[in-house]
Amino acid sequence: MAMHPKRKKKLILVLLMLTGVGLIVGLVLYALSQNINLFFPPSDIAQGKAPYEKRIRAGGMVREGSVVRSPDSLLVTFVLTDYAHDVTVSYEGILPDLFREGQGIVAQGKLQPNGVFVADEVLAKHDENYMPPEVTDAINQANDMGEKAGAVYK
Amino acid sequence: MSWFDNWHLPKWFYQMASPKWFYDFGARLQPWFAGLALILISWGLVWGLLYAPADYQQGNSFRIIYVHVPAAILGQSLFLFMAVAGAIGLIWKIKVAFMVARSATLVGASFTALALITGAVWGKPTWGTYWVWDARLTSTLILLFLYTGVMALNQAIPDRSVAGRATAILAIIGSINIPIIKYSVDWWNTLHQPSTFTLTSKPSMPPEMYIPLLLMVIGCYCFCAWLIMQRTRNEILDQERQSSWVARYLED
Repeated sequence: MAMHPKRKKKLILVLLMLTGVGLIVGLVLYALSQNINLFFPPSDIAQGKAPYEKRIRAGGMVREGSVVRSPDSLLVTFVLTDYAHDVTVSYEGILPDLFREGQGIVAQGKLQPNGVFVADEVLAKHDENYMPPEVTDAINQANDMGEKAGAVYK
Repeated sequence: MSWFDNWHLPKWFYQMASPKWFYDFGARLQPWFAGLALILISWGLVWGLLYAPADYQQGNSFRIIYVHVPAAILGQSLFLFMAVAGAIGLIWKIKVAFMVARSATLVGASFTALALITGAVWGKPTWGTYWVWDARLTSTLILLFLYTGVMALNQAIPDRSVAGRATAILAIIGSINIPIIKYSVDWWNTLHQPSTFTLTSKPSMPPEMYIPLLLMVIGCYCFCAWLIMQRTRNEILDQERQSSWVARYLED
């Protein structure tokens, strides 16, 4: 049974409708892309793309060895990096369990004119990789042994 | 458009359009899907929740993935399924296709709601918040609203064929949201992590973690197949109650 001309017309109509709406939505989303992004990466902040003294989010990795905790308060400062540019973040409050050095985070707060980002909320961003602890132990052990043997990794 | 003229649809496509044929066909397939769903879901749940290893960072809280990911996959798949069924009904004027689309709506909406709830429960211990307005979470919430809109529209129109056509158009337009949900984590920066589980690349977890997840996903597909067939068959009995074969079936 070949396709009935009426059915053919309707099929074309449905496909046209879908492409039309798709095109509109695509253009709108493209135009809004800056607003849809959840956070500014440190490079954008360093290049002055983020507004000062406005509530924004900054996202990136916590630089290894950069976390400094105040001895007598909950104040903590750390460096947020995308491995191209750095932003110093200060935060007073309780950090999420997954907050650690080398881990991704998203902080909400205000960028001060001196370039320091004062956060009032810090969220942990985890990646899509899941591993049993034994595997990470094995990887760390292998890395330690490699370092002891003087081998160069990566 | 000459390729259309040489385009032949298989015979079963036209057979499915017959309510009686679909009713009988469903009755024969249903037990298989029910059995498979029961085995796969219980196997996947027990393996995933009790025996799969804990995650190195999230510990046991990552196990919610075994409910969250299948729920999210089904919520999105069923919307596409509903749109395709609606389009078939629209183009070929097939009543059964509208009934299938109608039957899938509530099932898909429930899975989407489950994905949002499990996501919030998972978000609190891992991210530190139940909700954030990032692209992935917001587009999934829009998916739930679209489902609600389709259901409301379907309820609001008493004439079944008009309701079928109207909801089909809404579902087809709404299906634009599905690629947006899927690629939101790649197109924009979000708090939600990229997909662990894709058809195109190696899963980013070891086999003892992803095989239970795979079992759960396939099991949930089987469960939905069973449930949607059951709902469609009920719908057929309801809408065809005037016809002689239904009266004959109900007598037996």
